[in-house]
Amino acid sequence: MTTTKIPGVHTAPASTTRAATGLLAYLLAGLYFGVVLVKSEAASWYRIQEMFRFESFHMFGLIGSAVLTGMVTTALLRRFVGRSREGQAISVTPKEKGWRRYVLGGLTFGVGWGLAGVCPGPIFTLLGAGIWPMLLVLAFALLGTYLYGAFKDRLPH
Amino acid sequence: MTDLLDFLRSPWPWYVGGPLIGLTVPLLLWLGNKSFGISSNLRHACAILLPESAKPGFFRYDWKKERWNLMFAGGLLLGGLVAGGLLANPEPTRLSAAAVQSVQDLGVTVRPGLVPAELTDLSNPGVWLLLAFSGLLVGFGTRYGGGCTSGHAITGLSTLQGPSLIATISFFGGGILSANFLLPLFMAVIR
Repeated sequence: MTTTKIPGVHTAPASTTRAATGLLAYLLAGLYFGVVLVKSEAASWYRIQEMFRFESFHMFGLIGSAVLTGMVTTALLRRFVGRSREGQAISVTPKEKGWRRYVLGGLTFGVGWGLAGVCPGPIFTLLGAGIWPMLLVLAFALLGTYLYGAFKDRLPH
Repeated sequence: MTDLLDFLRSPWPWYVGGPLIGLTVPLLLWLGNKSFGISSNLRHACAILLPESAKPGFFRYDWKKERWNLMFAGGLLLGGLVAGGLLANPEPTRLSAAAVQSVQDLGVTVRPGLVPAELTDLSNPGVWLLLAFSGLLVGFGTRYGGGCTSGHAITGLSTLQGPSLIATISFFGGGILSANFLLPLFMAVIR
């Protein structure tokens, strides 16, 4: 009998371990983002109303500085690091060309956002905060997603 | 100790929160070359939940490859639990005077919490209508437009994508219309 441990037989396969810790990293990233959504009040219905009525700079400063930071830090990451933690070349898939779907879909989402004051991120975050009526918003958001999937071929894109 | 707790419970100004939101884009690219976008999870959830026989082609793909994003959504729940539950701000959102007036005109009282009590009172049928209609449009619109605030306004604009600029302007067009004209109609029913 040998006591030598063979990777993948006596221990968890290296790739599985890596996949699990990899997924955990995304859970932590989500936790981070959820905390920021609450602390910056982007998940506040009040702030969304204030924004759509142009009654405060808060949300505009928030989104503006987020975009500026994302732009600079993503450019730096691509220029000086270039590869992900897992060694893939960093690339951003370009969005499909066109404008109809962006205008029509964007307007539809915007109307929904202005009512209950939630975009998809805050739906999850507010649920986590124990605001259970968000389950109703989530259920109908899933229905809306399904309806798009069912009728997409009949919509202009 | 109370000072520390007060600090942890207080909200952050935009110039702290904004850059931390923006950093999510390079963070996910570095973690695994992932493009930040939350609404895709609604599609993945449909792909998981729908029975095979009733599944439109749009939901027939290998959602297991997108598990990272479902984990991210799980993290959002935890983030809400920590920041909105355990360390909830005991003060109401510090709105501008103009916004306080507008919100009161809608029939909503400014109280602590992220969502007003008037909009979570499920004994009121008007609230069901508002939340259901809003959710339906968010789900349909984000998939039709190919993304939400995170995918288009944050990721798309950060990576200089024209379609995301069109989408973001449209989000605001729709939101301005609904917050100023449609919501008052709903609130007239709810009150």
